[in-house]
Amino acid sequence: MNAKTKLFSYDIVDSPIHSLSGLTKLICFLLLTFAVMYSYDIRVILAVMLFAALIMKLSKIKFSQIKLMVLYVLIFVLTNAVISFLFAPEMGVEIYGTRTVVIDLPGKFDITAEQLLYSTTKLFKYTSVIPFGIIFLLTTNPSEFASSLNRIRVHYKIAYAVALTLRYFPDVQRDYHDISQAQQARGLELSRKASLFNRIKNGLLIIIPLIFSSLDRIETISNAMDLRGFGKSNTRTWYTSRKMKSNDYVAIFISALIFIATASVSIFINKSRFYNPFI
Amino acid sequence: MDLQPIIEFKDFSFQYYSQVEPTLYNINLSILPGEKILIVGPSGSGKSTLGNCINGLIPFAYDGEITGELLINHASTQDKNIFELSKCIGTVLQDSDAQFVSLTAGEDIAFSLENDNVPNAEMHEQVKKVSRMVDMQNWLTSSPFELSGGQKQRTTLAGVLVNDVDILLFDEPLANLDPATGKTAIEIIEEICSSVNKTIIIIEHRLEDVLHRFVDRIIVINEGRIIANTNAHALVSSNILTKTGIREPLYVTALKYAGVPITESIQPGYIISVKAHQCKDALTTWQASIQPPQVQEEKPTVLKVENLTFSYDGIRNVLEEINFELKEGEMVSLIGKNGSGKSTLSKLICGFEKPGQGTISYRGNDIRDKSIKERAEIIGVVLQNPNQMISKNLIFDEVALGLRFRKVPEEEIIPRVEKVLDICGLAPFIEWPISALSYGQRKRVTIASILVMGPEILILDEPTAGQDYRHYTEIMEFLVEINKMGVTIMLITHDMHLMLEYTPRALVLADGHLIADAPASSVLTDLQIIQKANLKETSLYHLAQMADIPDSTGFVQGFINYERKLKNR
Amino acid sequence: MFKITTRTIVAIGIGAALFMLLFMYVKIPSPIPETSFMTAYGLGAFMATVFGPIAGGLIQFIGHALSDAIQYGSPWWSWVIASGVAGFLYGFAFKRTRVEKGEFKGKDILTFNVIQIIGNVIAWVIVAPVLDILIYQEPVNLVITQGLVAALMNSISAGVFGTLLLIAYSATRTKKGSLSKS
Repeated sequence: MNAKTKLFSYDIVDSPIHSLSGLTKLICFLLLTFAVMYSYDIRVILAVMLFAALIMKLSKIKFSQIKLMVLYVLIFVLTNAVISFLFAPEMGVEIYGTRTVVIDLPGKFDITAEQLLYSTTKLFKYTSVIPFGIIFLLTTNPSEFASSLNRIRVHYKIAYAVALTLRYFPDVQRDYHDISQAQQARGLELSRKASLFNRIKNGLLIIIPLIFSSLDRIETISNAMDLRGFGKSNTRTWYTSRKMKSNDYVAIFISALIFIATASVSIFINKSRFYNPFI
Repeated sequence: MDLQPIIEFKDFSFQYYSQVEPTLYNINLSILPGEKILIVGPSGSGKSTLGNCINGLIPFAYDGEITGELLINHASTQDKNIFELSKCIGTVLQDSDAQFVSLTAGEDIAFSLENDNVPNAEMHEQVKKVSRMVDMQNWLTSSPFELSGGQKQRTTLAGVLVNDVDILLFDEPLANLDPATGKTAIEIIEEICSSVNKTIIIIEHRLEDVLHRFVDRIIVINEGRIIANTNAHALVSSNILTKTGIREPLYVTALKYAGVPITESIQPGYIISVKAHQCKDALTTWQASIQPPQVQEEKPTVLKVENLTFSYDGIRNVLEEINFELKEGEMVSLIGKNGSGKSTLSKLICGFEKPGQGTISYRGNDIRDKSIKERAEIIGVVLQNPNQMISKNLIFDEVALGLRFRKVPEEEIIPRVEKVLDICGLAPFIEWPISALSYGQRKRVTIASILVMGPEILILDEPTAGQDYRHYTEIMEFLVEINKMGVTIMLITHDMHLMLEYTPRALVLADGHLIADAPASSVLTDLQIIQKANLKETSLYHLAQMADIPDSTGFVQGFINYERKLKNR
Repeated sequence: MFKITTRTIVAIGIGAALFMLLFMYVKIPSPIPETSFMTAYGLGAFMATVFGPIAGGLIQFIGHALSDAIQYGSPWWSWVIASGVAGFLYGFAFKRTRVEKGEFKGKDILTFNVIQIIGNVIAWVIVAPVLDILIYQEPVNLVITQGLVAALMNSISAGVFGTLLLIAYSATRTKKGSLSKS
C-alpha cells in the first residue's frame, strides 16, 4: 500500500476558492447545505446546483478527483428512488394532492406524474449537497478546519478532538495495515467464503490488537498535551486561523443571499416546502 | 559562586495508588541552575517516575502518595499545578510521534502558545524565532509524515523552548532515533544548554550515547533509590554500572579486556577524554593475542534475492537492483535510516508486496507464486510492537493460532505449542493471560507464535527497541539460542551495539540501494557507509585511532572475535 | 459522567480515527443481502463504556461524518446525528459495569447489552427516521423499515464486538499476584 498520508487529497492550488479562509468555506458550506436541505422546490434546487457547478469550475477541481464519490452517490440515489417507489408508490400523490397517471401498471404501482416529480426532486436534493462538500474538502487546508470549527462556536476542546482525528487517522491506517498483514501471515483469511462465525472471529483478530495498541497511545498523547498546557483556560487561539479579507465577506454574503432566497421562495411563493405545479 | 538549587528533593518518596510498594524512596537531590544532569537506571528503577514528579504529571495524571518535599524554583510543587510547572519546565517525551499532536510542524511548535491565548501575529513571530534555533524554519508547513525522526524531535524541542522555560527535561530522547540522529540530538541539547543557559535533565539508559558530550553529573537510580551521584569519570571507574545492569561504554569494555585498570586517572568517562595513548601497549598486546575464529564451512543458501526492484507508485523506486543471499543458520542485520527501504524489503520477502522486477527464491525455487500464508511457513515476521500482534487472551491460544488456522489437528497442536513455549522459556506461564506478562515476555510470545509454524527464516523488526541492557541481553541471547537450532535470522535494527555483538554480517540500505553487504566491523568503520546510512562510528574505532593502533578496523573485528569466544557463540 | 479531561479529548480524537477506519474498511457481510455488520459500532460501544457518553457520542458523530465526507463528498446528516445519539446513549454503561475492576461477566454483559440495545433503538428507530422525514420527506414506512434493520444490525455489531472487546479489555485490568506458574 502506498501509505496515504493525508486524509483528504487537499492540494495547494491557486484559485479564488482556495484563497478563501477555512472559516469562510465552513460557513458557506453550512449555509448552502441548509438552503437545499430545507427546500423541496426543484427549480430552487436546480438553481443551487448550477451555482455549485460554477464554483466547482472556479476551484479548478478535476473530474478524476471526484469520480469515485460521484459513482457512490449515483448508486445511492438511484437505489433510494427505486426502493422508495416500491415502499410508497403514492408518496407523490399524498404530497401534491392530485393524481395524474402517466403509465398504468398493474396493482398499486401506477407511475404518476406526482411521484416522478417527488422522486426527481429528491434525487437532485440529495446530489445537490455533494458538490459543496467536495469543494469544501478539496480546497480547505485540514489545519484550518479545527480553528474554523472553534470560530463558529464549537468548543475548542471538541474542535481539537477533530484535529486529532485528522492527525492520527493515517497512523491508525498504517497500523491496521501492518497488523492485518502480520495476521494474514499467520494464516488469517478474510474471504467471504468463511462462515459468519469465522468472519466475526477473524475480524476480531485484527481489531483487538489495533484497538488495544491505540489505547496505549491515548495515554501518551494526553500526557504530552497536558505538559504543554492544553485545557488550561476557557479559550485558545489558533496558529492557522486567518484574518478575514474582503473576498471572504463577499463569499459569505453571496451564500447568505442564496440561503435567504431559497427560504423566501418556500415561505412567500410556494407557501410550503414544496413547489406544486399540479394545482 | 553561591547558587540556590532550582530543583530540590527533600526526603521525597512516592507510591502509586495501584502499587503495593513505593516507586521512589527518600530521594534527596539538588540540581543547580545551568547544570546538565544525566539520570540513568534500568527499566522499572523509578527514573521516569522521578521525571514525572518534576514535570508535574505526578500527581496531575497519576494518583499516588507523596511524602517529603519537592521544591522547584524555591517553591513546593504541592502548591503548583501542571500548568504552572509547564511554564518553567519543558518536557520532551521519547515518543515523538505521540508528542507531535498537530497537523504540521509550525502548529506543533505553537501548541502551547495557542493554549496561552497568544495572539496570532505574535505567535507566528515566536514560532519563526524558535524554529531557527533548532533549524526547522524551512519545514513549518510539513506534516509529521514528511519529517524524519530527528526533525520530529527537533519540532518537539522547539515546542517546549517556545515557552522560554528554565528547565528542559528529556525522557529517553534517544529511544527512537537512528545512531547519527541520536548523536545530533545530543549535540543540539549541548548547544542549547550553552547558548541559552538552561538547566538540563536527561533521562536515558544509553549511557555511552549521551556521553558523546559532557554532562555535569550523573545520577544512578536503582530500585527507587539514588545509588550514585557523581561525575562520568568516577561512575565509569566504579562497579556501579555492572551492578545495576546499565551498559558500560564499549571502549571501556575493550580496555577492561585488554587488562587496563579503569581509574579516574585515565579519564574514562567520555571517549573524547580517555587517555588512550597510555593504553596503547596493553591494547596492542591484547589485539595480537586474539585468535581469529575458525573458518566455517560454506552453508547452503536458503534465500536468494536477485535484481529486486520495487515501486509503490510506479514513479519512484523504493528499492532498486537489490541482490543478496542468506546462508542457512546465519544471523544478519539489515540497517539503514528510516525510509531507506528496509521494511519494504522485508514486506517483499514475506509476500506482503509483489516485486516489480527481480526474483526471490527459497532454496533455489522461485517463491513468486506462493501466498502470504504459504510463505509464512518458510519465513516468519515479527513486528516491533508485540501489542500489535497479540489478539488472544491466553498464551497457549495465541501461540496455537497459526496452527489452528492451518487446521492442524488439536492433538498435534498441543505438543508443538508446548515445545515452542519450552524453547522460549514460557512453559511456566502456559496458563497465564498475556496481559499479566511483561513487555519482554510478550515479545517472546509473539516470537513463539511465529516459531510454532516452523519457519526456517525469521525476520524481526527492531527486536530490542526501547529495552534496557538487561532485557536487551535477554531477548538477544534468546534469539541466539533459536539461531543455534538452525533458524536463519535477519534483524532490522538501528542498534549498532546489537550489530557488533550479534550479527557477523550486515546489509546496509540507503535510498533504495544496497550499499554494503559486509562484516559489521567494516561497516561501522567505513566513513562513507556511515554517512550514507545515518550510522555512527563505533567508539572502539575511535579508541583504536586515538591509541594509534594501525589497523583500526582489524581492532574492531578483534574485539568482536574476542567477545564471541568469551561468550562461546 | 460528563467530565471532560484531556484524556477524554484524546480518546475522542483517536477513537474517531479508529471508528472511521472500521466504518470504511472493516465490515462483515451479513446473511441479509446489501447489509453488513459494522464493527465500528462495536468500537463505539466499547469506547463509550470505557470513556463515557460524551466520548461515545462524539467518536461516532465525528467518525461517521468524516467517513461520509470521504466516501460521498458530504455527510449524510440524518444518519450521522443518529450515530452520535447512539454513541452518547451507549455511554450510559460508563461506570455501570465492573470492567475497570477486571471483571466483565453475567450481570455486566447484561447491563451493557440492555443499554446498547436501548441506545440503538432510540437512535435508529426514532432519531434517524424522524430526521429523514424532516429533511428528505422519505416515506414513513420506508424509513421505519430501514431504521428497524439498522437497529437490529447495529445492536448485533455493538453486542457481539462490544462485549468481546470489553471482555478482552477487562482481562488487561487484572491485578497480578493471583497467578502462579504451572
